[in-house]
Amino acid sequence: MLHIYCPFCREERDEEEFSYAGEAHIQRPLDPESLSDEEWGDYLFFRTNAKGIHHEMWYHIAGCRRYFNVTRDTLSYQILESYLISQQPGVRAKQTASAEQGEQPNAN
Amino acid sequence: MQTNRVASGGRINRGNAVNFTFNGKAYQGFAGDTLAAALLANGVDIVGRSFKYGRPRGIVGHGAEEPNAIVQLGSGAQTVPNLRATQVELYEGLEAHSVGGWPSVDFDVREVLGFMGKMMPPGFYYKTFMRPQNLWHFYERWIRKAAGLGKAPLESDPDCYDKLNQNCDVLVVGAGPAGLAAASAAARAGARVIIADEQQEFGGSLLASQQQIDGQPAMSWVDERLAELGNNDNVMLLPRSTVFGYYDHNFLGILERRTDHLGISSPGQVRQRMHRVRAKQVVLATGAIERPLVFANNDLPGVMMASSVSTYLNRYGVAAGNNLVLFTTNDNAYQTAIDWHKAGRKVVKIVDSRPEPTGALVNTAREFGIDVMAGHVVVEAKGRRRVKGAMVAPLNDNASAVAGAAIRLDCDLLACSGGWSPAIHLSSHTGAKPQWNDELVGFVPGESKQQERSAGSAKGAYSLAGCLQQGDEAGREAARKAGLDGESTAASYQVDEQPQQPQQAMFLVPHAKSTSRAPVQFVDFQLDVTAAAIELAAREGYESVEHVKRYTAMGFGTDQGKLGNINGMAILARALGRGIPETGTTIFRPSYTPTTFGAIAGRDVADLFDPERYTAMQRWHQQQGAEFENVGQWKRPWYYPKPGETMHDAVNRECLAVRNSVGMLDASTLGKIDIQGPDAGEFLNRMYTNAYAKLAPGKCRYGLMLKEDGMIFDDGVTACLGPNHYLMFTTTGGAAAVLAWLELWQQTEWPELQVYFTSVTDHWATATVTGPNARKVIEKVCDDIDLSNEAFPFMDWRDATVAGVSARIFRISFTGELSLEVNVPAHHGRYVWEKLVEAGEEFGITPYGTETMHVLRAEKGFIIVGQDTDGSMTPADMGMNWVVSQKKEFSFIGKRSLSRSDMLREDRKQLVGLKTRDPQDVLPEGAQIVNQPEHAPPVPMQGHVTSSYYSANLGHSIALAVVKGGHKRMGETVYCPLADGRVIEAEIVSSIFYDPKGERQNV
Repeated sequence: MLHIYCPFCREERDEEEFSYAGEAHIQRPLDPESLSDEEWGDYLFFRTNAKGIHHEMWYHIAGCRRYFNVTRDTLSYQILESYLISQQPGVRAKQTASAEQGEQPNAN
Repeated sequence: MQTNRVASGGRINRGNAVNFTFNGKAYQGFAGDTLAAALLANGVDIVGRSFKYGRPRGIVGHGAEEPNAIVQLGSGAQTVPNLRATQVELYEGLEAHSVGGWPSVDFDVREVLGFMGKMMPPGFYYKTFMRPQNLWHFYERWIRKAAGLGKAPLESDPDCYDKLNQNCDVLVVGAGPAGLAAASAAARAGARVIIADEQQEFGGSLLASQQQIDGQPAMSWVDERLAELGNNDNVMLLPRSTVFGYYDHNFLGILERRTDHLGISSPGQVRQRMHRVRAKQVVLATGAIERPLVFANNDLPGVMMASSVSTYLNRYGVAAGNNLVLFTTNDNAYQTAIDWHKAGRKVVKIVDSRPEPTGALVNTAREFGIDVMAGHVVVEAKGRRRVKGAMVAPLNDNASAVAGAAIRLDCDLLACSGGWSPAIHLSSHTGAKPQWNDELVGFVPGESKQQERSAGSAKGAYSLAGCLQQGDEAGREAARKAGLDGESTAASYQVDEQPQQPQQAMFLVPHAKSTSRAPVQFVDFQLDVTAAAIELAAREGYESVEHVKRYTAMGFGTDQGKLGNINGMAILARALGRGIPETGTTIFRPSYTPTTFGAIAGRDVADLFDPERYTAMQRWHQQQGAEFENVGQWKRPWYYPKPGETMHDAVNRECLAVRNSVGMLDASTLGKIDIQGPDAGEFLNRMYTNAYAKLAPGKCRYGLMLKEDGMIFDDGVTACLGPNHYLMFTTTGGAAAVLAWLELWQQTEWPELQVYFTSVTDHWATATVTGPNARKVIEKVCDDIDLSNEAFPFMDWRDATVAGVSARIFRISFTGELSLEVNVPAHHGRYVWEKLVEAGEEFGITPYGTETMHVLRAEKGFIIVGQDTDGSMTPADMGMNWVVSQKKEFSFIGKRSLSRSDMLREDRKQLVGLKTRDPQDVLPEGAQIVNQPEHAPPVPMQGHVTSSYYSANLGHSIALAVVKGGHKRMGETVYCPLADGRVIEAEIVSSIFYDPKGERQNV
């Protein structure tokens, strides 16, 4: 069971309190009507499905009911950071190789 | 008679005799025995029958690794299947049965039909019983009868289980020398420590050891550690507790057996407890499991692990035989022969595969006058129901074949040791990849994936000094990494120990005949997997160890191949001409040993399984004899049968009452979300398919909510309560999902919109008064507003006082009749409800339930989201384009998807009505629709029935269905072939069966 740091409650809580809310940083097109079917389909259906570093939204549904972002390694399930929806990730896929194992930059 | 009990010694209480039965026969053991120890003491050789071949099997091991002595305890509701006799503590009156064997373990049909052995190669079931396919059911019945590993109880479990959430700095798994040293070190550093061990006593291997620590017997050292830990408030000691799984982020499950050692049931006490532990750091001191040697007939009762022979002797005072032959590849096992000799029993020979064993223990054995046959192996065990002799042959120089004729050594106990395999199971659960170590001849834990480290023999340290030192270091490191900077000086434990010579790697003992011709050489005892089977799998082209596992079933038993897996992989590696590291190992997964469902469920059973939600009027419904239906967690009145009425009668009566006079429904369960903020109107405009921005206070509007893919997600009415203030009604089941959906968009996409959501579902009780006389009923209890159609039209709402209570009345309708939905604060719900019943008496007001609600709305063609839709239906599919605004400036959620090419297909499934040829035929919901029932299979599917009822108002059945291109197929005939062979003919009609112009709700 994952241990997830909620940036609003400022605590690590058990996964049971949260629900997964899909990949993060997917912005809704501002003018959907101007998009081709293919472009709209990309927005609707296509996701990174990353092996390794993945940015995803979690919802503290049994807690503060706030959505936030998490950077998680989909191989090790290690959570590298939690951050606000409005923020950009501090850890990105390119940096993985050099990222130290066991460090949780934003947690605690 | 405890024929095999030695005169003294062991950690048993000889003054406390314990009576028990095994397979119906009475025996006696002592307090402190395990069932296995007591069976051995009583000279019981055969404890089970093997899974496939029905061969007699005896006790092999002494702990979690035991593959053969699998027993079922008790009977009836309390029965527990699948326990290892080696881990069952004896108690007075214990009743055990072996799980294998049919009709009994002493006489097994399959052994008599011995030819079956040759008939059952790997993949046997697939190869043999799958053809002809229709005979599988016949085969399966007797295969299961003969095979089985225990029976599940048929009654519900009367015992009580619970769960505890725990946090600690350091969790130590295993309380042998390494675990105790680790726990002591971590506790001294100030850490909050939990130490768990599966056995009833702490001490691990020391419980059966003759060694000394700090100049005193090892168990004195254990007692000192326990005193030290027991006096520390920061330490929790959990004996009889199996750490069965290591999950993400240092979350571990511990199953504590609190009363299993006292009896089969424990009324008033917690039988087992699940500890859900979040540990900052973990020390895995899980020990090692001795490895069997694979030779012919190595499954005969009386062939045992060397360490188990010692354990039964030293810990339980049980000598598992008289004349011992020890077969070993290492120094370590010599201790067993020495122990045996010291107990006054005869050691026939030590057979050592190594050409020149010279270790200290070897010399000690020789000094005792024990004869060592170096460079020899046991190629075959002799005997039928118990080992009677061992065939011993010399090995050639590179240990690849026998180099001479075999001689027979008479014996009744054959102790074997092929070295040790670290118990890396928990480490494997974390995803750490086991590493092969040539020197240790075993897999050791791989690089840590979590905050854990292994210590002691779990890490391949097989000396006592090494275990103590690694344990101490691991405990100190764990405490430090958990953030404690207390004392961290190394402890120093003195052990007198002599170095051991290297062991020999030996996995399949050579035989004069080829593997496939020699008598069976078992690798996995529990599932009867032989060396020949693994070699055959390799010949048949299986290369991956995971595939071979599945093909041969090696490691698939309840023991997960704790004894056999390493030998099996090594045999496979050789057959494939590869090394063991390249061949790799299968992945261990939770649970380490079987975990009871009772403990997993804990208290979350029966009434506490899931919350039940009741409305304020629940008691009234019960008094009226309502039948209830589950809608999510809600209990809703389904229908209100009068004495003698069937459900059909009651629903017909309720339906007629609503259309002809007036009925009343408890609609309190509908989801209600209070929405406020300056941008609330704009927000609703974006979420709903139709326009909300201009909805005026006092007005209501029905809306559809889509997912971004254009599919209908929820529907309901939203009322404007005032400027920037709305009340949204959702479906009963969809309330939570809708709130999450609103919050998602507000928080992640449009945080600039100032809008706030509050669930108020439980705050309000709702009585829906509906029917031509609805207004007359309300008029009797409400005189502060004008209820006329002109002053209070359809789709308006008003603040009003109903029976003296402040209320909101909504003129919305789900029946198609004049409807007034009276909402009052929940605590007034039942009072107002009863006042309305009183007021309606003269009109014959009839309470109705969800079934009548369904029929009435289906008569009107009103959809129920989730019943008539399934997440693949658009508004157009439902014929609801009237509720989709094309004028809104903002491209509402889902809008763009509605013009995707797939949405424009003409053959999409569309909502229609169905009228059966025979008006009394009621189609089953879910019935498939076809054009030509006589079409050869596969018959092209046209759609399915989504809702179907008998309509008393119309005098015929009605159904809603989704049919390909249905909107343009009015009047066509379709067919519903049913499972019972009938074919029901129906005509496609409009989905609105009653009052198509909608006049009745508007009066």
